[in-house]
Amino acid sequence: MPVVLWTDGPVWLLVSITIGYFAYVRRHEHLAAPWRRVTRSAPGMMALVVLLAFVVIALLDSLHFRPALAGKDRKGGTVYAVEVQSLLDLLVMPLKTRTERTYSAPLATRAYARETTELPGGGVTREFPRLRYGGAHLTDEADHVRDLAVTVLQGAALAILAWGVVAWGATAALARRRRATLVATWRAIRRRETGVPWLAIYLTVLALALIAAPAALLSAKYHVLGTDKVGQDVLYLSLKSIRTGLVIGTLTTLVMLPFAVLLGIMAGYFKGWIDDAIQYVYTTINSIPGVLLIAAAVLMMQVYIDKNPELFPTTAQRADFRLLLLCAILGVTTWTGLARLLRGESLKLRELEYIQAAHAFGVPHARVITRHILPNVMHIVLITLVMDFSGLVLAEAVLSYVGVGVDPSMISFGTMINAARLEMAREPMVWWTLAAAFAFMFVLVLAANLFADAVRDAFDPRVRVGGAALRAGGAG
Amino acid sequence: MLAYIVRRSLYAIPILIGVNLITFALFFVVNTPDDMARMQLGAKRVTPDAIEKWKAERGYDRPLLWNGAREGARRVTDTIFFEKSARLFAFDFGNADDGRSIGHEIRTRMRPSLALAIPSFLVGLAAYVTFALGFAFFRATYLDFWGVVLCVAMMSISTLFYIIGGQYLISKLWSLVPISGYQPGSDAVKFLVLPIGIALVAGFGAEVRLFRTFFLEEMGKDYVRTARAKGLSEPAVLFGHVLKNGSIPILTGVVAAIPKLFLGSLLAESFFGIPGLGSYTIDAIQAQDFAVVRSMVFLGSALTILGYLLADISYTLVDPRVRFE
Repeated sequence: MPVVLWTDGPVWLLVSITIGYFAYVRRHEHLAAPWRRVTRSAPGMMALVVLLAFVVIALLDSLHFRPALAGKDRKGGTVYAVEVQSLLDLLVMPLKTRTERTYSAPLATRAYARETTELPGGGVTREFPRLRYGGAHLTDEADHVRDLAVTVLQGAALAILAWGVVAWGATAALARRRRATLVATWRAIRRRETGVPWLAIYLTVLALALIAAPAALLSAKYHVLGTDKVGQDVLYLSLKSIRTGLVIGTLTTLVMLPFAVLLGIMAGYFKGWIDDAIQYVYTTINSIPGVLLIAAAVLMMQVYIDKNPELFPTTAQRADFRLLLLCAILGVTTWTGLARLLRGESLKLRELEYIQAAHAFGVPHARVITRHILPNVMHIVLITLVMDFSGLVLAEAVLSYVGVGVDPSMISFGTMINAARLEMAREPMVWWTLAAAFAFMFVLVLAANLFADAVRDAFDPRVRVGGAALRAGGAG
Repeated sequence: MLAYIVRRSLYAIPILIGVNLITFALFFVVNTPDDMARMQLGAKRVTPDAIEKWKAERGYDRPLLWNGAREGARRVTDTIFFEKSARLFAFDFGNADDGRSIGHEIRTRMRPSLALAIPSFLVGLAAYVTFALGFAFFRATYLDFWGVVLCVAMMSISTLFYIIGGQYLISKLWSLVPISGYQPGSDAVKFLVLPIGIALVAGFGAEVRLFRTFFLEEMGKDYVRTARAKGLSEPAVLFGHVLKNGSIPILTGVVAAIPKLFLGSLLAESFFGIPGLGSYTIDAIQAQDFAVVRSMVFLGSALTILGYLLADISYTLVDPRVRFE
């Protein structure tokens, strides 16, 4: 039975908006030009490849359903499990179900702590017990390292093979478009003579494949990133966290966009008392320190959720509703920055000749705004959206630590860090959960930052002018 | 000039009223005091009597805005709005839900917060400006390029990582300073060194990169070219002209941040066990002490508004081009 969680709808709405936007951009040269500049940036495209990998995982995790159980109920209808699962869960089912009893280090075959076990011939011994799943296929533990090495090599070979096929296919398609031979195209790519930095893209894909393939093969036999306190595979937790992070980073902006765009443009376009009123509203909201406003709102939201338990039949739905509300609250606290930028730009635009001409022709305000102002401030909107994303992903972890982030039952980087933080004091240290959460977050945020920089460089007219002036200044 | 300052100050009043109304709506209209009581007392099996008692003890048993049962001015003053929200204007915070005086807590906790926040702020500012200016001086060289790469990498790392990593490396592995805790007086130094250092590192990437763009933007301007054309040396141009003008946007941001130093740092204080206002706020959030959160929202907003006010005034002082409209 398919289930649409509260955040799934907006996520897929966002996907269709993005697809629609790019379909529109393709047909309009003036919109496509800055995007083409983005595709010329090597760091930007490498970041995009990494981001796309994250997005695919998040989207797989956004198709939810409740699996049918074997039995039938009295009326002969199918019974569905209470637990909501996603397509990603289905794909990595072994990771999810093969839980150990408690902590185990990455790739370990034995548990992290000693346990007392009874010997077959009576008597007890304290030893590190073998894990239920981690390396259970090994009959002789001495083979452990050799098995790891063989699996990694197999994975690497598989990755290179797959990459070779993909790269060959992509180069062939490219050669066809350039009307050149395969060899000539390959040479152009290798010498970085193509406009789009294909070499960088190929290498990023190769790097991703070299990480993913061995990890996938290893995870069939071991816990690649170890297990946490209740024995859950940390790799599984990390993969699930990706969706939470991406949802917060994207839905927040989706929520705030209508307010920011409408109010910001109205303030700058109409001036007078409308401007005063809107400025008052955003100055007031801006005056409340963000974390405190979020904390206050989340506390109150928690009271509401506790008061109306009947609205949320499953834990997943409750946690998801909280995530959506968190996005809305973050949106309320972040729209002011964009609104101020748009107000400033609209103030400038409304004095320009073509707007004056539109007024002279008697074009109604609504039409002037949608036809003349909005398209000319879109670059600001776009730059703000991509720049805000990484900050929001980082904010999630901090908010979850403060206790006003996502629901504690929801898997996210914040809850992972929060749960693992207290285990630092253990001896030997349990470091892998923290390391995994921080590493995934770092890669995601770094890719987002690099991509955002590429987008800003391509869209911001000031950057180009400034850059040219800078070069002239440097030469002089 | 004076007229501008007065007018600008008066503008802060309606904003403060707006903040007050928002917090009032958030805390008392979205959810009634009954809901808060139920949440505080836990469980759904709580009796109506217990709720009434909880409300009476904390003064939530009044009507929201209008008390018809009273006479004269008491109709307005004997309400939740007046008792809990309007009194905040006099910085009279009342008691926390656990009965302790919030005003007293704020006064005692302010000192550790400032002891952490002021050094972090000053050291950070000096370091960031120095590095930003350095990168700008070596612009378009490998040093600048890798400096910016380092900044982008550093700003992609979560603050939590810096704190946890710093605590582990310096306190646990090397045992240089205590992991957490606080003592007033000169002993405070050994507790504060690590949080200050971590604050410095955590802010490095974003701030240095931002300041660098300020300086670079300034360096592209005509007066800098004129200075170079006069034959001034690069350091003279940089320190004599660019630093001054590039500091204007930095200064206004800095001045706006000063009042907020009182609030301390939420994360650092709670991780390092420093009994400041930041950890007070976090504790209150985690204990769901609505009275404390409400007071901190108001106090924080008041300080932010003061910061904006100071920033605007300082802007007019340092930049003679700004006109008083």
